[in-house]
Amino acid sequence: MNVPVITVLGRVTLDFLAGTGAMTSFAGRALRQAVLPPYYHRQILRQIMEIGYYSLPVVGLTAIFTGMVLALQSYTGFARFSAESAIPNVVVVSLTRELGPVLAGLMVAGRVGAAMAAEIGTMRVTEQIDALETLSTDPFKYLVAPRLLAGILTLPILVLVADIIGVFGGYLVGVYKLGFNDTAYLRNTVDFVTFLDVFSGLVKAAFFGFLITLMGCYHGYTSKGGARGVGMATTNAVVSASMLILTFNYFITEAFFSL
Amino acid sequence: MTPSPKISVRGLTKAFGPKKVLQGIDLDIASGESMVVIGGSGTGKSVLLKCILGLMRPDSGSIKIDGEEIVGLGSRQREAVMRKFGMLFQGGALFDSPKVWENVAFGPIQSDGMAPGKAHDIAIEKLGSVGLGPEIGELYPSELSGGMQKRVALARAIARAPEIIFFDEPTTGLDPIMADVINDLIVQCVRDLGATAVSITHDMASARKIGDRIGMLYEGKLIWQGPVGSIDRSGNAHVEQFIHGRADGPIRMQVRKL
Repeated sequence: MNVPVITVLGRVTLDFLAGTGAMTSFAGRALRQAVLPPYYHRQILRQIMEIGYYSLPVVGLTAIFTGMVLALQSYTGFARFSAESAIPNVVVVSLTRELGPVLAGLMVAGRVGAAMAAEIGTMRVTEQIDALETLSTDPFKYLVAPRLLAGILTLPILVLVADIIGVFGGYLVGVYKLGFNDTAYLRNTVDFVTFLDVFSGLVKAAFFGFLITLMGCYHGYTSKGGARGVGMATTNAVVSASMLILTFNYFITEAFFSL
Repeated sequence: MTPSPKISVRGLTKAFGPKKVLQGIDLDIASGESMVVIGGSGTGKSVLLKCILGLMRPDSGSIKIDGEEIVGLGSRQREAVMRKFGMLFQGGALFDSPKVWENVAFGPIQSDGMAPGKAHDIAIEKLGSVGLGPEIGELYPSELSGGMQKRVALARAIARAPEIIFFDEPTTGLDPIMADVINDLIVQCVRDLGATAVSITHDMASARKIGDRIGMLYEGKLIWQGPVGSIDRSGNAHVEQFIHGRADGPIRMQVRKL
């Protein structure tokens, strides 16, 4: 194989631009359908259960251990310049601003994004999406829009729960392992955290919810070629959602940084 | 003067990259007629069907339903045209998570806004007309055999009393007896509804049974069409080879998938 570098570079760039364009128009069409009536309430509720309720164990477990390890690690670092008392503050700020939304987003991308791509991809290759159209039902309205709406609405709630559980994890380690006074730990946490800390995390969460469901739906909807195609769609949904979460995490952080 | 055709296709072309799948199809189907399009795998039968259904946009040409041009319609107007259509997909394409009766009632409930109670009655009635009892309605599609799934899919296709019904390889994957049962049901349902039917198949027994007229698609063109009774006297070497299933003849097998 003798492929000139320029050719490869050109092809990758073209594919990237074509993919971005296709995704953007997909998102536009889906959002339009999400706003316009009629709404499929049952579909939205089902997706909220799927994304929110059934993700609670995974996200809760991630949050509590992250909070615990955060307290322990910050102690190691902060003890070096006798700043152990800042641990409750470090835990709550890290969690609400950063780790809550990002880790919950990544976990949900793995759990929900994959399932969505697999479900919609299977519907595509078994012609169920064509069947929807022949029954005068817009698949964007029936399949995609409820998932996007559920993602945008549910992820902030999930992250709020994760924030609380994470802080509780930090509290457990702080009080029972590092010997903090329990009242002082909680007081430090509550006094220190600001509205913007929590709010910026929730904005991230809503945006990540959009990205995860968009990637799941897009890759499922455009999958082709049987079982292998669905498998690829699933992988692409998780990988692209994770990359987008990490990328946009920086830009949203930067936007709030200058506030 | 002959009445204007229910479906009128003129100069239809569709290509995927360099591969020209449909190369100028002209086809008229009269109201109440049952047209069967035969042809080997990869000759463009499915693409033709999907273009008429509006699931695919042709590159050029015109498709008229009741004299109304449907190529290039917006999504809202297309939904209105879809109301006239019913489609039986090859694999059934039943929705996994709703029950059987909800599958049949999907069109009436989701698109026509019918009350679920009334739609349930209609679903049970339609299941009855394909020979399935009301108890089947409470099962999930995955609990049914292939033949049963096809019956449910047929019930779903006729649930909104469509004017035109499309059948995509209705007997593929069924044993000969179940295939004949499905053929009988198709003939009966189409007759009861007074609908126009368009089927694609490579099963000659099925084509002879459900068709009034047969057209043969080869290399993106309709190379022959005529009444079902005249297919044995077509005088066309391609048709002869196809209906007798001979390996030798003018038809070369398609290697690449479309």
